[in-house]
Amino acid sequence: MKELLETMITPLIEYPEYLNIDVKEEPDKAVYHVIVHQDDVGRVIGKNGRVAKSIRTVVYAANRDKTRKVYVDIM
Amino acid sequence: MKQMTATGSSVKEAVDSALAELRTTEDRVDVEILDEGRKGFLGFGAKPSIVKVTKKKDLEEETVAYIQNVAAQMGLTVSVDTKRKNREIYADISGEDIARLIGKRGQTLNALQYLTQMAVNNSAEQLMSVTLDAEGYRERRRETLKQLAERKAEQALVRQQQVKLEPMPSYERKIIHAALQRNRRVETDSAGKDPNRSVVIRPVQ
Repeated sequence: MKELLETMITPLIEYPEYLNIDVKEEPDKAVYHVIVHQDDVGRVIGKNGRVAKSIRTVVYAANRDKTRKVYVDIM
Repeated sequence: MKQMTATGSSVKEAVDSALAELRTTEDRVDVEILDEGRKGFLGFGAKPSIVKVTKKKDLEEETVAYIQNVAAQMGLTVSVDTKRKNREIYADISGEDIARLIGKRGQTLNALQYLTQMAVNNSAEQLMSVTLDAEGYRERRRETLKQLAERKAEQALVRQQQVKLEPMPSYERKIIHAALQRNRRVETDSAGKDPNRSVVIRPVQ
């Protein structure tokens, strides 16, 4: 899942070297904290959060473990 | 390799050697002449030509790569065919288990389409529009929407009141509007703000 996020996000941003994804795994959920360069935050969130929403949609589709919900936070 | 500097006894020769090295053709590169060079006389005062050759970004290639990389991370192996018409790229995806890539009412496909468009535009010089299709999904969806339009128009007429459809992206609303344009007994409109904008069908008084 972390690799999926990297694959999706890297081509969208200007400073891929600042991209960092922290994972917090819990029994019933996994939380992914996406951290990007300050100037890239807008690119990853998008107008009205449209990019962020699309990223989440693809991540949910990729998650096959239905007992565990996946969350994506962008900061 | 995307860019290189080459020398030769003439500009053409320098460019040709760079093209051979980059394994590409002249229409797919930008050439910048750094030094025209000089022929000289009997080998005296001759200066080589120097050119800088840069491969143009191939947006179709980028589209394919983005889709395939994301699909691979979802555990799906897909092949992608692209067509380009001016500022529009159309990509058709096929492969096993493609339903997972389409999602409910195409929401995954639409999300991937938007992300691919953003990724391509991050390196494009002009604004490109990217459309993804998967095994004829868009065409099937078009037929479904046309039928839905007819059914809902009938409903509006029978009830003599407006009927609101569920929210849809702009290109899907467009299909509904177009399907009912020639129906004189109803008129259509869109209400609400994206992404919750939806078509409203009203009987004509």
